[in-house]
Amino acid sequence: MANLVSHPDEVKVVTKRFGQGAANIDRYLELDGYKAVQKALELGADGIINEMKASSLRGRGGAGFPTGMKWSFVPKESAKPKYVLCNGDESEPGTCKDRLIFEHDPHSVIEGAMIAAIAVGSHDVYIYIRGEYRYLLEIMQKAIADAYAKGFCGKNIFGSGYDLNVYWHGGAGAYEVGEESALMESLEGKRGVPRIRPPFPAVVGLWGGPTVINNAETLASVPHILLMGGKQYAEIGVDRNGGTRLFSLSGHVERPGVYELPLGYSLRKAIYEVGGGIANGRALKAVVPGGSSVPCLKPDEIDISLDFDSMMKAGTFLGSGGIVVLDDQTCIVKFALRTIQFYRHESCGWCIPCREGTDWLSKSLKRFHAGGGVAKDIDNIRYLAENMLGRTFCPLGDAAAMPIIGFVNKFRKEFEAHLDGKPCPYEKHPALSQLAVVR
Amino acid sequence: MKFSEQLEARYSDMLTHYPVKRSLLVPFLLYTQDEFGYVTDDAIEELSRRLEITALEIRNVISYYSMLRTKPGGRYNVQVCTNICCLLRGGEEMLAHARKTLDVAVNKGVTADGVFSVEEVECIGACSWAPAMQVNYDFHENLTPEKIDRILDEYRLKAAQQ
Repeated sequence: MANLVSHPDEVKVVTKRFGQGAANIDRYLELDGYKAVQKALELGADGIINEMKASSLRGRGGAGFPTGMKWSFVPKESAKPKYVLCNGDESEPGTCKDRLIFEHDPHSVIEGAMIAAIAVGSHDVYIYIRGEYRYLLEIMQKAIADAYAKGFCGKNIFGSGYDLNVYWHGGAGAYEVGEESALMESLEGKRGVPRIRPPFPAVVGLWGGPTVINNAETLASVPHILLMGGKQYAEIGVDRNGGTRLFSLSGHVERPGVYELPLGYSLRKAIYEVGGGIANGRALKAVVPGGSSVPCLKPDEIDISLDFDSMMKAGTFLGSGGIVVLDDQTCIVKFALRTIQFYRHESCGWCIPCREGTDWLSKSLKRFHAGGGVAKDIDNIRYLAENMLGRTFCPLGDAAAMPIIGFVNKFRKEFEAHLDGKPCPYEKHPALSQLAVVR
Repeated sequence: MKFSEQLEARYSDMLTHYPVKRSLLVPFLLYTQDEFGYVTDDAIEELSRRLEITALEIRNVISYYSMLRTKPGGRYNVQVCTNICCLLRGGEEMLAHARKTLDVAVNKGVTADGVFSVEEVECIGACSWAPAMQVNYDFHENLTPEKIDRILDEYRLKAAQQ
């Protein structure tokens, strides 16, 4: 079980019930549980969506799409059933926040998904949890069963005449399934190969029906928004970036952990105050601020507001909120190599630029790190990565290319330091530098 | 072939979840693997018959998901993460230590007594508590070589008692 941490700068909204036994439904009810869904039934679809728009809640999975707007895209009338799908396939390296939500407050995800369903006129909710999180799937299975036992799910919920079913679903190990169209394929019992868009899931989704797909943290935020009011939630954050986020701090910080900070919080403070600074008294070399898929920032770029728009202006992304901190003893080439090896492993092979690109990048970086690199390799690595951008069905190709481009652009000198058979300057264990040279 | 009573109950319950029955395939394959240690040929044939899809379609799905296997692993599959956050905090050293201690030279290799297998895995969602590993479904975090030794001893003892 993952440890909980806290810091005075945290604003606890989603994490409010953590550590209080809220996985138990009676405890959850004592802590204002299932009040928001009843309020949602009174508000009706338009009322809920207006609150969501006022909250300026944006998707916590990484893309940051405004949630209220996403819900408003679902057609009111549909010949096919509509669905709500909770994305709990959390697998972006550097991200471990949904895990805590499922462990400490599973009912908030159920309740948020139910509210989403009422907002779009859906009667079926699926909560998809990655296969590795078996203990969390079991917590969720019990939570759903308890909610049915209390009559909160199923027929005529809270005497409203509205029927609403909630189902669990589990994965079996696949990063790509975290992408929305691949997630639907997986739920339909297939390989998690992405679908082309349009049509978007809001129009043609699960089994052909209109489907809303939201990250678990997004849905867990929803009941709190309805209870406190959209406007008040928005005020916690900054302009067009309402509320808080769960930031997963990892790597070379003194106090790694998952912290709930208001959007607009300073990245520097997140690292040096909340995270306690760089471990072992070392200096900062780089930070990957939004999960492994985003370009890194250098130490002179961290005086920045943690919100979707500021991060984009700085050439990176807020992404999944996974802040990975690298100290000055870290080899960027090695880090880039491990990053691309991950994407190579996870690429489904459907789109050639991603399948070939991740493989070539992986081979080039492995050879390069082992001392087999020549000067033109550096530009070739960047060129290869740049040619993957925007050329694939799903964003996995972009996610693989963007960090590599960032590393080459920002740490070219480190790449040069590996040229002409020189051993890696950071290798603690010389034996590892003797990797077979792949040509 | 026959599923255990528990697996059969799981199957009947999951059938009620979806408008299309093959939708249960991915999570159910994992439950099947839990029962037999891997997804057996017989299980694939059985599911092919029940879900009215070809065995090939099922194998196609199995090959996509990294947790599913069609060969037996150890009773306890030791899955060490070496992805970026674990890398920064010694994940590779932890993997090397587990392999050396259990004398497993290759990835996904099984010990001679069949008690353990060792696998290098991608991010398991323990980034803030790195380095980390899973033994079957149990998470073990903030690892050190000594901690790994203690954990493996506990599983070894468990295996001996069974």
